[in-house]
Amino acid sequence: MGTTERMTFSKAINAGLRRTLETDPKVILMGEDIGTLGGVFRVTDGLQKDFGADRVVDTPLAESGIVGTAIGLALRGYRPVLEIQFDGFIFPAFNQITTQLAKLSYRSRGRLSAPVVIRVPYGGAIGAIEHHSESPEVLFAHTAGLRVVSPASPADAFVMIQQAVASPDPVLFFEPKARYWDKGEVDVAITVTADAVASALADGVATDPAGVVALDRARVARAGTDLTIAAYGATVSTALKAAESAAAAGVSVEVVDLRSISPLDAETLIASVRRTGRCVVVHEAPVFYGTGGEIAARVTEACFYELEAPVLRVGGFHTPYPVNKLEATYLPGLDRILDAVDRAMAY
Amino acid sequence: MLCASAPPARRRHDVSPTGHATDVDLVQLLTPGGQLLAHPDYTPRIAHLDAAARRGLYRDMVLVRRFDNEATSLQRQGELGLWVQSLGQEAAQIGSGRALRPNDYVFPSYREHGVAHTRGVDLADILRLFRGVEHGGGWDPAEHNFHLYTLVIAAHTLHATGYAMGLQRDGLVGSGDPERDAAVVVYFGDGATSQGDLNESLVFAAVNNAPIVFFCQNNQWAISEPTTKQARIPLARRGDGFGIPNVRVDGNDVLATYAVTAQALERARSGGGPTFIEAFTYRMGAHTTSDDPTRYRSAAEDEYWRQRDPIERMRLLLEGAGELSPAFAAELEADATALAERVRATVKGLGRPPTGTMFDHVYGAPHAIVDSERAWLAEYEASFLDGAAAEGGSH
Repeated sequence: MGTTERMTFSKAINAGLRRTLETDPKVILMGEDIGTLGGVFRVTDGLQKDFGADRVVDTPLAESGIVGTAIGLALRGYRPVLEIQFDGFIFPAFNQITTQLAKLSYRSRGRLSAPVVIRVPYGGAIGAIEHHSESPEVLFAHTAGLRVVSPASPADAFVMIQQAVASPDPVLFFEPKARYWDKGEVDVAITVTADAVASALADGVATDPAGVVALDRARVARAGTDLTIAAYGATVSTALKAAESAAAAGVSVEVVDLRSISPLDAETLIASVRRTGRCVVVHEAPVFYGTGGEIAARVTEACFYELEAPVLRVGGFHTPYPVNKLEATYLPGLDRILDAVDRAMAY
Repeated sequence: MLCASAPPARRRHDVSPTGHATDVDLVQLLTPGGQLLAHPDYTPRIAHLDAAARRGLYRDMVLVRRFDNEATSLQRQGELGLWVQSLGQEAAQIGSGRALRPNDYVFPSYREHGVAHTRGVDLADILRLFRGVEHGGGWDPAEHNFHLYTLVIAAHTLHATGYAMGLQRDGLVGSGDPERDAAVVVYFGDGATSQGDLNESLVFAAVNNAPIVFFCQNNQWAISEPTTKQARIPLARRGDGFGIPNVRVDGNDVLATYAVTAQALERARSGGGPTFIEAFTYRMGAHTTSDDPTRYRSAAEDEYWRQRDPIERMRLLLEGAGELSPAFAAELEADATALAERVRATVKGLGRPPTGTMFDHVYGAPHAIVDSERAWLAEYEASFLDGAAAEGGSH
């Protein structure tokens, strides 16, 4: 361990994809504009140049076609890693993902598998126009057969994209596009293998043999004693900032980066809430029927006697993602998170 | 172009009362009256079929129809939740299925019982799906190169296209070794041609020159909607806008479906790219056992197609050529009866799967939520005084 480089979030995913292309000849990248352009966010920049148009494939402009043909390629033993250009454009492929990809293992009683990774730049805060800022992760987490994950830092993005590609199951890989330009230290010496991912998942351990957090595990991003904030993706760094502000006011906040939305690492989360007695869930997606509701129910059921306050939720409203002039209000920012912290502490 | 090769003198515009007036040639090698026709492109494709091989095609169709009738009865008796008949489509399925080589790969929709039979799938296994014992049926796709049935219309056409693109990547197309090269054939109905997924499949297949045969069984009806509700032009012209050659074949003519499929498969395997085949046929039964076709189609139409029964015309050919002995007919009848009896006994013997299997194979690797729910249910069931019985084989 220990060869760290400072790089942006998007570059970390790029480096992780590069590693998978180098280590597994069956990996194919597919998507719209991912080749010569390098993707509209340049996440796949330079990969077609280095690995060729057969490994990094510019596809027709057809999301269902991208996912559906990837299922066929996976049946032939390939490991397609797809890019959906924007969150709001995933719906033409919704049928292929939920009725086909998710069910292949179940319907074949394990005879078939489709280790397809679908990368989805998601979330807001980039001033985009409509259909470019949504958080549809719960729609997929609600579907059995899919794994749904979201990295929160460049270091984790580098590891998690490799874990996703190595997973024996289909993975929805939600990339918080607001963080694409954030920089951080990345340990580029880490290479995640399929064996490591499989053994970590099978053994139920929190770390894989390379010492990295397993794909289905949460991580305590900051330790605290008074209250737990559960977050994932773009909201983790907002939660960490909130924790700093709260500390200045004398409140010790623990931040749990969920990493995996399906499965949910309830074990790590519940252990944290048992220590702190309070829980606030933060995400960009609408609160109504969202991840926060699931977490609140699970935490309440497990920690009913330890809880000092009800589990509170901070997130988007039950509206379409609003115009970008209003998104700062829509998104869970420091004020609303700290307000929830105050309310929880006041019980 | 395949369809342009037949001279005008051979054109047969044989359409059903519901079908389009057509300007596309219909390839036919065997008339409803059992007479052989000569076709410059396709007759050579069946020249090697001797009397035994022709009897084999007839036998396949008879067996599949008997199976189909038995399954219909089982559904009527409450032994199956639903049944999807292939009645009337035996020639389209047996002809195309027998044109495949072992290393070709089939993506069926959910009515391809005849094709399944040609791939060596035990027909009784198909009923596991319809009895509610297994979602996917009981066969191993890798063992038969025959994928699971897919109930979402046209979704599998993309899987087939991707699989064909995988064959290309694996170097199994146009290698010059005909024993090594392979192709994919995907089956779908006239209704599926309206779906986006099929049209996206045609785009991906065309731009990648994928080794795939799109085999559309136009059985005239998508549940209650006639083909005229799906398209204003003959489906056999659907490939045009995608740059994919089309062939329209008499789907009730087992020799013609064999010939056109064999040619399209050879083209695909050798690197010639995709072909769109419209097998012009008729669903003589209902869409499923839940359907009532008397509400939307006429007795005259049924009668028109009964005159074109695919099994009857093959019987007339074999009898006329002296290739159908009473001994063979008796043996086939006995085999069909034995198949029906075996299917009935097998289906009735299929018990309730153990409850715990509900949680199996949701994921390839353990998933904490599934595992905790499995454990919870096991504990819950065990908490009843007769808890163990719930895991048993009764239903």
